[in-house]
Amino acid sequence: MSDQTLNPETMPEQPERATLEGKNKFLGFWFFLGGETVLFASLFGTYLALRNSTNDGPGSEELFGLELVFVMTMLLLTSSLTSVYAMYHMKNNSFGKMQLWLGVTVLLGLGFLGCELFEFYHYIHGEGFTLRSSAFGSAFYTLVGFHGGHVTFGLLWIIALMVRNAKRGLNLYNAPKFYIASLYWHFIDVVWVFIFTVVYLMGVI
Amino acid sequence: MAENTNIHENYKRKKNKEEMKQQVITFALMIVFTLIAFGMVKADLSKLFVIPILLVLAAVQVGFQLYYFMHMSHKGHEMPALMIYAGAFVAFMTVLTLSVLIWW
Amino acid sequence: MSTAVAQKKGFGAFIWDYLTTVDHKKIAHLYLVAGGLFFLVGGLEALMIRIQLIKPDNDFVSAGFYNELLTMHGTTMIFLAAMPLIFAILNAVVPLQIGARDVAFPFLNSLGFWLFLFGGLILNCGWFLGGAPDAGWTAYAPLSAVSPGHGVDFYVLGLQISGAGTLIGGINFLVTIINMRAPGMTYMRMPLFTWTALVTSTLILFAFPALTVGLFLLMFDRLFGAGFFNASMGGNSVIWEHLFWIFGHPEVYILILPAFGVFSDVLSTFSKKRLFGYTAMVFATTLIGFLGFMVWAHHMFATGLGPAANSIFAIATMAIAVPTGIKIFNWLFTLWGGTITINSAMLWALGFIPSFTIGGTTGVMLAAAAADYQYHDTYFVVAHFHYVIVGGVVFGLFAAMHYWWPKMFGKILNETLGQITFWTFFAGFHLTFFIQHFLGLMGMPRRYWTFLPGQHLDTGNLVSSIGAFFMAFGAIVFVINVIYTSVKAPKVSGDPWDGRTLEWSIPSPPPHYNFKQTPLVRGLDPLWIEKMEGRKGITPAEPLDDIHMPNPSILPFIMSLGLFIAGFGFIYQVDNLSYLWLVILGMGITLGCMLTRSVKDDLGHHIHKEDLEEEGAEQ
Repeated sequence: MSDQTLNPETMPEQPERATLEGKNKFLGFWFFLGGETVLFASLFGTYLALRNSTNDGPGSEELFGLELVFVMTMLLLTSSLTSVYAMYHMKNNSFGKMQLWLGVTVLLGLGFLGCELFEFYHYIHGEGFTLRSSAFGSAFYTLVGFHGGHVTFGLLWIIALMVRNAKRGLNLYNAPKFYIASLYWHFIDVVWVFIFTVVYLMGVI
Repeated sequence: MAENTNIHENYKRKKNKEEMKQQVITFALMIVFTLIAFGMVKADLSKLFVIPILLVLAAVQVGFQLYYFMHMSHKGHEMPALMIYAGAFVAFMTVLTLSVLIWW
Repeated sequence: MSTAVAQKKGFGAFIWDYLTTVDHKKIAHLYLVAGGLFFLVGGLEALMIRIQLIKPDNDFVSAGFYNELLTMHGTTMIFLAAMPLIFAILNAVVPLQIGARDVAFPFLNSLGFWLFLFGGLILNCGWFLGGAPDAGWTAYAPLSAVSPGHGVDFYVLGLQISGAGTLIGGINFLVTIINMRAPGMTYMRMPLFTWTALVTSTLILFAFPALTVGLFLLMFDRLFGAGFFNASMGGNSVIWEHLFWIFGHPEVYILILPAFGVFSDVLSTFSKKRLFGYTAMVFATTLIGFLGFMVWAHHMFATGLGPAANSIFAIATMAIAVPTGIKIFNWLFTLWGGTITINSAMLWALGFIPSFTIGGTTGVMLAAAAADYQYHDTYFVVAHFHYVIVGGVVFGLFAAMHYWWPKMFGKILNETLGQITFWTFFAGFHLTFFIQHFLGLMGMPRRYWTFLPGQHLDTGNLVSSIGAFFMAFGAIVFVINVIYTSVKAPKVSGDPWDGRTLEWSIPSPPPHYNFKQTPLVRGLDPLWIEKMEGRKGITPAEPLDDIHMPNPSILPFIMSLGLFIAGFGFIYQVDNLSYLWLVILGMGITLGCMLTRSVKDDLGHHIHKEDLEEEGAEQ
């Protein structure tokens, strides 16, 4: 695999699937997301089973405020669009613009994470609501925390890719890497859609 | 030859651009759905009415994410689609069981 | 490059080669050795259980130790013996059967093995660190959530780590089979073993995440004070049962389907016939895979889900007998009118059919929810699942090892010793477990430390224990066979069985690039088609050219070692918070390795056309 084959003048239509390695990564990562679906479903199921088990502690209606959740939703939803923009520029082989949009995605993701940490901090110190408060507390922190962990990992992943490839630009070896990182980021948003619906909106209704 | 690639490249870029336009429309719709969802909860409507609509809105949003943002509508996504649907099926069974079969 | 390493440079180089290998054939060896050792450990635990139960009121082991033995026997056999041995066969055979030079993710393949091994080590560390897990292999909450000591913590962390390895392995084989098939190898031309590998990998993908979550919940309960299963905090222990069996029932199909694939290939090869009803076999395999996800609650009939849920799951369970029946009949019809060769591999296949059918029959009996209240938690259940797991999976593994040993190592296992193994193990197996059906019907509960005299249970238990010794004898003869064969047996050709599928078209053991030229597949049983047309080998699909191969790497080993260290940190931070440093250290090692892997380009290397031509001249 020489430089020539990896750095063509113009990117093929689907740079993420132009090599066998790319095709494998693409397919394998989609399958992994299929497995993740079951992982989060198990967490959602556990949460639904335990959401009324407040053990005389605070319940969802007293705890959740919708304003912060709305801001978080907008941040994450917008970051999903910006990562689509990044992939758009990848297909047009404009590396600089891709990096720029990925950078915006990371900033929005950091904003989301900041809000989530603030929320958790408020619950723990303001309301005295922790993992050990009740089965509801355990289920809440585990479900939302797993999502937050995915966000953190996704941010580290995208930052690592951006830094690593900043100097050498786009080629057919790293295009699949960028592409699956963006798939991961979209999946994080998919999960969040269900979290704000099932946990927060249905929690205060 | 060089000209040919140029034309092709231009066509490709145009196609990408059009697709990007669709993506932005999708995004706008998702924002609208989110606003409706939050608005309905704020409006204090009946629980039985709101919850099914919330779930439908969430499902449609996820469909948009998968089919447009993650390009599952494109060619070569047959296997990913199969596995996502299979995962969604197991996920559905799991959530259903844990939400109805735990307490009695 | 790696050919140069493969040249023997002494013991250190040999070890280093295996620590860093990404070659699926060598990873198969690793799985075989590790899984085989765990199989012997699990067998030893089984023997101790049977010695304890050889007579009433026995005190060969203490009650607490007995709990640890039976927990570890089940856990070891399922997760640390059966799974890796199946992965050994998958690794050794699947890429060859589809005409691929390697798997889709060689690096992840190696990572999967090391994660499994270190997870298995954590699980067994309990023996030396104050007590092994003792809450049963199903680790039902709330018992598992409150079981004192660190025993169950070893279960949780060990299975979490090895489960991650299995998930990685499953995704690897899915992508390998879907993306890396040789030209002409359509889905409906894949050997049945490859088909079962595909369906099994799909089941792994969707079943293991449920176990991952279940283990996390249990870990948070035990180590961080969460309340998922703690009724006093509003928790509910039935969540564990569901999550465990949403994983656990597909798991038994994950184990049995590859065995079905092995028997299909073995029976067709040694009957000199195409597999009867190939299409129906493929259909039945996928149907079993699908139904496997709809039946988990039949393990929970006595939990009290209510008659509606029980009936649904009972009917779904009975439905599985239909595709399984299709398979049994197709195997019989494959034999019918064939030119049958009886050897060790074939004996295991022939022994499997009646044994597994008995297990299937008791399965349908157990599926009747009302009757299950009688059978539940008795030795009837123990007899049932040993009939399907030993009679199905273990027989399948023995058949696979006898059948593919020459492909893996270039030597045929000794036939006499093979037959001694089969007859003693087969007789011992039925002696041990057939009588347990009746012990169960007479009311003997499973998992109890002792039983009382004068309840008509004495003779049955004695017979059962005698059978266990026969099985142990058979297993030891197999080990002797392996040693004897590797020392004494002569090398054989690449196709000792007059085989039908692609793996027999290349030398034994295969060169590390498998196929010098990618084969062109022209139908089901591609090698047989070529033979029938008078050709010696497979028609190549491409001219001889440079071959691209992945580079070896030590990172998978270090990454798994990091999780191993972090695992101990998680377990012991309950006693002393400074153990959290171990968590940070271990996770740091693992994440550091991931970062290194991500930023360091690994483009692999090429084997040059000229070298390939030279090798060809030597042969």
